[in-house]
Amino acid sequence: MDSFWELLRGLHDSYGINLVHFYDGFERGRLLRGMWTTVKLAVICIVLSVVIGMIGAWLQGSRLKLLKALVQGYIQFFRNTPPLVQMYFFYFALGPQMPRIVNEHGIAQPMLGSFEWAVLSLSFFAGAFNVEIFRSGIEAVQKSTVEAADSLGFNRLQIYWYVVLPLAIRFCLPALNNNLVNLAKTTTQAYAIAVPETLFVASQIWSDRINVFEMMITLLTFYLLLVGMFVWIMARVERALHVPGFGR
Amino acid sequence: MTVAAGWTPDQPIIRIVDVHKSFGTNAVLKGVTFDVAKGEVVCVIGPSGSGKSTLLRCINALVPIDKGSIKVEGREVHDPALDKLELRKKVGMVFQSYNLFPHKTALDNVMMAPLHVLKRGKDEVEAQARQLIKKVRLEGKEAAYPGELSGGQQQRVAIARSLAMNPDIMLFDEVTAALDPETVKEVLLTIRELAEDGMTCMLVTHEMGFAREVGDHIYFTDRGVIVEHGPPESFFKSASDPRTRQFLSQIL
Repeated sequence: MDSFWELLRGLHDSYGINLVHFYDGFERGRLLRGMWTTVKLAVICIVLSVVIGMIGAWLQGSRLKLLKALVQGYIQFFRNTPPLVQMYFFYFALGPQMPRIVNEHGIAQPMLGSFEWAVLSLSFFAGAFNVEIFRSGIEAVQKSTVEAADSLGFNRLQIYWYVVLPLAIRFCLPALNNNLVNLAKTTTQAYAIAVPETLFVASQIWSDRINVFEMMITLLTFYLLLVGMFVWIMARVERALHVPGFGR
Repeated sequence: MTVAAGWTPDQPIIRIVDVHKSFGTNAVLKGVTFDVAKGEVVCVIGPSGSGKSTLLRCINALVPIDKGSIKVEGREVHDPALDKLELRKKVGMVFQSYNLFPHKTALDNVMMAPLHVLKRGKDEVEAQARQLIKKVRLEGKEAAYPGELSGGQQQRVAIARSLAMNPDIMLFDEVTAALDPETVKEVLLTIRELAEDGMTCMLVTHEMGFAREVGDHIYFTDRGVIVEHGPPESFFKSASDPRTRQFLSQIL
């Protein structure tokens, strides 16, 4: 491995191609930590936003007008405002309102850090779209299938969980995948509240080492691979959920 | 359903009294009254739009009624405090368009309600489900999905699915209407066997031959009322009402 790093160092010395973020142990360390943060951020937000979508779509079918109105208000707020503004709102407006806790060094610090706020704001943002995506899937489920479950004694939650949701997911998977891919890419926005994710550390590195071009290529390649992997996984999921003789 | 106080099996298992139902301004049921005895096979016939299917749906509370009374084993169905689950454990329903769960295999379709609604043990439920699949002559199709089965096969899975709840009454809503003539036979055979086992059955049907052979009592409905009824021999031979005669002449 060391000889490979030496080779990259040689590229810099001989040709001016500056891949210092690979061959320098310190820079490599912070880049990898940044990438790991991105992966964590993306995975947590994807899971949370899907859960929000499922619960929101379930509440939308409620008979209580107030609940429906709340879900509708949530969707309108998060769909009709810019995600960056939402993130600033969470971090700069809501953040300081939260109670502070004392850490192990005896210093008071905010209860939620920038990473947690990024998770919340991105999950709610993508979740609002997921509610609408799940709703479109639910509306594609035949009423007669629901009626059959009803006549077998299933209650509303059981109908949703065992019949409607499994079918709805199959109907809306392509749209859901689109939104989740967008969410994975939107994690770069956490840069704005100083979450040390990939874009954030990359900009630190290129400021320190003046290798903007090489960092940009590295960044794009990283996201291409990350999202490509996600798309591959979702294609597998889609295949696994395929039911013989249904759809397609 | 814990048997309602005062109901004994020698009383009508379904008692329908002056039931009215409208959808908006469209009055579908305009005062329907009749009884079904335990073990009886009742066939409801009549032109489309005469309220036959609505009547069936009212019996297991899929559709609320506007006026009147429906009692199943002595329990008032038209009661806001009705425990729907208790009613649906007693009343199985099979639909014209089968309505199987398309993402579940035939076996899983049969197992789902006992597992999730009745919370019975998996082994016991599976054993019963396999037996029911055998009963409807679909052995070997346990792992097939609805989309891989013919209409007649799907309908027989749907019957097995309802039977898995161990109902006392089975409602059949034009269950052969969407099938081709070949497969109608296999579904009717299954229903006939059920009737012979003593299951109380109520069928909305256009299969006059079947109604005549298997039915204990025929009801002819038109425009929301029962026009005429009787045991099949007399009903088909000597229907007196002109509307019945006209309907029968068109269909036979």
